[in-house]
Amino acid sequence: MNPFLDPLAAIGRGVIGAARATGSLALFALEGVSHLLRPPLHWRMFVQALVEMAYFSLPVVALTAIFTGMVLALQSYTGFSRFNAESAIANVVVISITRELGPVLAALMVAGRIGAATAAELGTMRVTDQIDALSTLSTNPMKYLVAPRLLAGMVALPLLVVVADILGVLGGFVVSVMKLGFSADAYLRHTFDFMHASDVISGLVKAAVFGFIIALLGCYQGYRSRGGAQGVGAATTSAVVTASILILAFDYVLTELFFTR
Amino acid sequence: MSATPATALPPAGAPAEAPVPRIRVRGLCKAFGAKKVLDGIDLDVLPGTSMVVIGGSGSGKSVLLKCILGLIEPDEGVIELDGRNILALSRTEREAARARIGMLFQNGALFDSLPVWENVTFGLLAQRKLTRHEARERAADFLAQVGLAASVGALSPAELSGGMQKRVALARAIAAQPDILFFDEPTTGLDPIMGAVIDGLIIDCVKRLGSTAVAITHDMASARRIGDTAAMIHRGRIIWSGPAAALFDSGNPEVDQFTHGRREGPIQMELRR
Ligand SMILES: Nc1ncnc2c1ncn2[C@@H]1O[C@H](COP(=O)(O)OP(=O)(O)OP(=O)(O)O)[C@@H](O)[C@H]1O
Ligand SMILES: [Mg+2]
Repeated sequence: MNPFLDPLAAIGRGVIGAARATGSLALFALEGVSHLLRPPLHWRMFVQALVEMAYFSLPVVALTAIFTGMVLALQSYTGFSRFNAESAIANVVVISITRELGPVLAALMVAGRIGAATAAELGTMRVTDQIDALSTLSTNPMKYLVAPRLLAGMVALPLLVVVADILGVLGGFVVSVMKLGFSADAYLRHTFDFMHASDVISGLVKAAVFGFIIALLGCYQGYRSRGGAQGVGAATTSAVVTASILILAFDYVLTELFFTR
Repeated sequence: MSATPATALPPAGAPAEAPVPRIRVRGLCKAFGAKKVLDGIDLDVLPGTSMVVIGGSGSGKSVLLKCILGLIEPDEGVIELDGRNILALSRTEREAARARIGMLFQNGALFDSLPVWENVTFGLLAQRKLTRHEARERAADFLAQVGLAASVGALSPAELSGGMQKRVALARAIAAQPDILFFDEPTTGLDPIMGAVIDGLIIDCVKRLGSTAVAITHDMASARRIGDTAAMIHRGRIIWSGPAAALFDSGNPEVDQFTHGRREGPIQMELRR
């Protein structure tokens, strides 16, 4: 019991634990990616994961994007001077949706859906020996279960973000025209004036990274879960929580990369 | 506790000069935390023979098989397949070695996202020995071997009874005709007649296909039917091994008590202490 050293030791333990977790996640990611780079790819698993991630996430992502665009328009109307509001609102909506809110909100919604489902599925496979069984049947579990999901994540999220971008702008348009009484023509003109390819593309790149993170965390937590139903439950929770935090952290890093040069 | 030498005897009629064992285990140790599960296992299984492993619940039988398969990393020891120490191999070589072994897991471990027919033919599909179309048709043959109707192939594993799942898992393990077969309690949960059928199937795999088998069982009648040799695990060690026919008159007090299912004896005494 030492009042000075004990907190220090606790901090040290925390740091070591975090470093170890980061290291093992990075190794897992490397192994997964290395299987992606070496053929064959399990196409059936890829398509299945892609449909699950992209198609079945559409309603959630669509609703999120529409309401976000609507709120953005409303909020910026009250915030900005009424003078020149038309062009300002179109500007705010299209830039924030394509650069930030489209990718981040879509990723957070998909993290909740897919991160959890992936961790639960792989976790159950782990605790019921199914992952072990794969390797006795001439199948590498990383190649069969993880690699296709990583690729599906990187493809699915950009697709979803394209939809989110369109619907988010549409949400802002609807509020501006129907509620705030702006002219539809002028709003659309302003929107296209302010929309830059670089914004959209940087958003899609972000989306691909987020998709990778979601699939990676779901697979990682599921793959190493232990101890029956409780272990699978814990894996599911930490997959969603860590994926969400990493999404926000990487959002900052990528924004810094894209926009501050 | 009297420990007999822990090498399996070759079956009657084997040639005098001992062939290289297909599976050779020496000094295998594995602990989970402070709990020593395997504490120096020595084992030999000759090519084309079958060994039954018996032992109390929780004595480490399943862990032993998983160590040989490379699914659990042992703490110490040597595991050789055909004289090659698999613990010293690279990862790809170990994967190749593992593909030689078919395993029936204690709980079946069927892939519950796939229909039964795809479970059964999974190994063959993975090795690209069959197209999916052929696999679908061949699945009926594999299912018939374990006494299941072809219509079962279209069901999902969750729709099967426990015994049916076990038989599907068995069909999956033997479908690719691996030259080493591990069975973790193949007849547990089966009715007596089906148990005898499955025993016959295992014997067939060994005798007709020349596979080498290790089977864990709690069923002494079945142990004597399918085993050429037998070994008993107790407290992390092989305390007895010999011909399976000698299981009931082994002369070893622990084995005697176990095979006859007596309440009184050296094993019970340890539990009470
Ligand atoms: N992954 C693991 N982590 C921790 N302990 C384990 C693990 N696997 C097995 N054990 C422990 O090892 C011991 C042996 O387990 P094992 O499954 O090999 O028993 P068994 O001989 O197959 O028993 P049974 O006949 O009931 O199947 C048990 O006490 C179990 O608690
Ligand atoms: Mg067991």
